Amino acid sequence: MKHRPLTTAATPGIAKCPTGIRGLDEITNGGLPKGRPTLICGAAGCGKTLLAMEFIVRGAREFNEPGVFMAFEETGKELSDNVASLGFDLPALIRRKKVAVDHVRVERSEIEETGEFDLEGLFIRLANAIDSLGAKRVVLDSLEALFAGLPNEAIVRAELRRLFAWLKQKGVTAIITGEQGEKTLTRHGLEEYISDCVIFLDHRVTAQVATRRVRIVKYRGSAHGTSEYPALIDERGLTVLSISSLGLTYPVSTTHVSTGIPRLDAMLAGKGYWKGSSILVSGTAGSGKSSIAAAFADSLCARGGRCLYWSSEESPSQIARNMASIGFDLGRHVRKGLLRFHAIRPTLYGLESHLVALHKIVTEFRPEALVMDPITNLSAIGDDAEIKGMLTRVIDFLKNQSVTTIFTSLTSGGSAIEQSEVGVSSLMDTWLLLNMIQSASERNRVLYLLKSRGMAHSNQMREFVLSNKGIDLVDVYVGPGAVYTGAARLSQEAHDKTEALVQRQAEERRQRELAQESRNLQAQVAALHTRLANIAAEQRLAATLEKQRADTAQRAEAQLARARKAD
Amino acid sequence: MPNKPKEPPAERWLLRLYVAGQTPKSVTALANLKKLCESHLAGRYEIEVIDLLKNPKLAAGDQILAIPTLVRKLPTPIKKIIGDLSNETRVLVGLDVRPA
Repeated sequence: MKHRPLTTAATPGIAKCPTGIRGLDEITNGGLPKGRPTLICGAAGCGKTLLAMEFIVRGAREFNEPGVFMAFEETGKELSDNVASLGFDLPALIRRKKVAVDHVRVERSEIEETGEFDLEGLFIRLANAIDSLGAKRVVLDSLEALFAGLPNEAIVRAELRRLFAWLKQKGVTAIITGEQGEKTLTRHGLEEYISDCVIFLDHRVTAQVATRRVRIVKYRGSAHGTSEYPALIDERGLTVLSISSLGLTYPVSTTHVSTGIPRLDAMLAGKGYWKGSSILVSGTAGSGKSSIAAAFADSLCARGGRCLYWSSEESPSQIARNMASIGFDLGRHVRKGLLRFHAIRPTLYGLESHLVALHKIVTEFRPEALVMDPITNLSAIGDDAEIKGMLTRVIDFLKNQSVTTIFTSLTSGGSAIEQSEVGVSSLMDTWLLLNMIQSASERNRVLYLLKSRGMAHSNQMREFVLSNKGIDLVDVYVGPGAVYTGAARLSQEAHDKTEALVQRQAEERRQRELAQESRNLQAQVAALHTRLANIAAEQRLAATLEKQRADTAQRAEAQLARARKAD
Repeated sequence: MPNKPKEPPAERWLLRLYVAGQTPKSVTALANLKKLCESHLAGRYEIEVIDLLKNPKLAAGDQILAIPTLVRKLPTPIKKIIGDLSNETRVLVGLDVRPA
């Protein structure tokens, strides 16, 4: 058996005895006061006997501290049967001398008072049980029976005072259970005698939903949580939710986790969501919120991570079947133990109990991611403020565990989509909005990122399609003008293409015309050049002829002068 | 021949007194018990004194809570009386003894 080491409270003060009950040790800052009696009071059926029995059993199993359970109301066999369903094997512990159960029958009709008496018999039985086991833990459940069974109340009270002093002297940590009184904590005022530590268990029904709460009324010598903490009793015993309000001091990650849709990753700074962040996917009915969440879960599990899928609307098999139709095989992840479904109708219990249940599963399963699909169903069991309060605690808790969470939320189509989420959206780091756009008698899905804290994200509206190959984001329409979707987009694209073609052709024609004109002009220029050359040649010829004529005329004149004997 | 009516057989009384050491209450109880038995059950009683300080395990068997406790083991049914037995009437009623 695993034995946990006993630790006392970190701060100096009184020594504490850890109970082993989840959450109770946290709110008491280490456990019950060691060596002193603690009073557990509450109405009938609120779990006092269970808490006391768990204290003893866990003390024996986990802390190696034997314990004695003095039962005044149930027999040993009844107790064993009652706690068997919690996995506490009482007969085995008794055989191994780790636990002793002593049933004390106080039957008023059997007892006739004939003079002075004291309760030394009880002391002797208790001492015998404690000594034979070396017990360190004792439970008396419940002392109210002594008041009912014994005729002389004065003697009973005196003896009780003696009993608690004796228990303290024995050095055992004791739990005394007491039934809640009308105006006092316990019906017979046991809180007078046990004033070291008093814990109150409450079981309230509000709006037809029952919630259990634990409150530490007083705890001498120690700091303790003072609020009411929700508690849950299930097949493993009592769990107290010790986080009422956490400080904003969780660690942050600098790594990203893929969304499962590559092009959506591209919209988120190219890498995906921040690890450990909270993501809200909201949209109208049928817009594809669960599909986006499933894509994320599928890709995470395919990489070997664990994911918890909290569903308040559909059964696990329905989700698996529906997601298979778009190409996500969630069944194989379930079989490998990487994906776990927790499907529960919100109205099953109150908000607090959902919180405790979630806390319990996450602590035990340790997933890397959580999908809550959808959270809008919670409005059946609480108003907006309460839901926001619960989600705040959920997110605080999950961020402390570095769990990436996707919440899907249904918005009604009529109102402005962004407005209806204003309460919860401030808790979210990333907000993906899905919408159905109606155009030309068809509806197409678009998504856009309203916000994504801490990263550069796309501000474009993207159309996305669900097919049996998964989710795909359609190419961004890069034409001028508004973004079109669906058939309108296709027709617009075709139109754009045609226009581009027409324009190109016109351009080409113009180019040809100009080229032609250029050639024409060039031919003209060439002809003029030729003419110019001709004229120059003629000019030269004329000049030569003129020179020749002049020469000839001069010679003729000289000859004539000679002939006429010009003197 | 007429049948002689049989006398009811003498009842055998077995009384067990649980004490815790020699406290004044225990001593008183024993003294009172002896006196009572001599006066009302002469010759047909047997007193057993169990000191729980010496035999603590025996307390669980008879479901002993208070000290002193007187248990009438025989005749059945078992009856329990707590206290130092100073109130004789009560003791007789409790033990269901017809005063002699």
